Amino acid sequence: MRRKVVELPETDHVEAGEQAPDFTRPLVTEAFWEDIALSDLLDDGPVLLVFHPMDGAFPTTYVYNEFLDRGILEGPAQVVGLTISTPYDHARTIEEEGIEAARGLYADPANEVADVYGVTHDLDGMTGVEEPRLSLFLLEPDGTVAWTWVADAWPQFPDYDGLEDALAGL
Amino acid sequence: MTQSVPEEPASVDADLTLYRLQGCPFCERVVRTLQDLDVSYHSRFVEPLHSDRNVVKRLSGSREVPVIVDHNTGVTMGESARIVKYLYRTYRGGR
Repeated sequence: MRRKVVELPETDHVEAGEQAPDFTRPLVTEAFWEDIALSDLLDDGPVLLVFHPMDGAFPTTYVYNEFLDRGILEGPAQVVGLTISTPYDHARTIEEEGIEAARGLYADPANEVADVYGVTHDLDGMTGVEEPRLSLFLLEPDGTVAWTWVADAWPQFPDYDGLEDALAGL
Repeated sequence: MTQSVPEEPASVDADLTLYRLQGCPFCERVVRTLQDLDVSYHSRFVEPLHSDRNVVKRLSGSREVPVIVDHNTGVTMGESARIVKYLYRTYRGGR
């Protein structure tokens, strides 16, 4: 499908084969939120770290719907979302999207984690607001990036087939 | 819905877990006491709506916060006045 999109500037993002930078942020689940390090999650197995636009934006809904349709939340990687929305927004999103099977959604209103990963997106028309650009990082339990996909246009949707192949190869 | 209470993150090395509601004065009272006594704690935040607090109910039998889980003594306890009294009794001598 061809559509008009805005190209995003080139970015020096974390690449496959590199070590994923560790961070701690509040991770929101259906039950509560608490500070959790990415390394805590990796102790339990591989992680699919999904940077996405703020809760409520349609690309966010589309991505989670596709994950649900393809059964990606069921494993073999723990699916972890991350965006600038607050824990309260995340709690509502988990319920509304029906994504309780995800490991959780990280809240990072300052967008600092996306900056460390090289995947920020300055929002046109929303002064002072930036969010992550849509990007996926599939992480081995030792924190190595096994596979990644980073949007280079807005809006643009992930290579879901490539993701499924990468998940099968874990 | 999971029926158990999840374990603390492995990287957390705190004396106790505090289930709290943002801005709740009873919870802040417990926080102040923990800080005064220099007791380390890990926070778990629940939502204002009582029906969204099943994890607290599974712990203490009620949906009220604050609730503490003390990993040193195995004590799980609600009600801020009771918690504050317990903390002073248990930790006044310092850690």
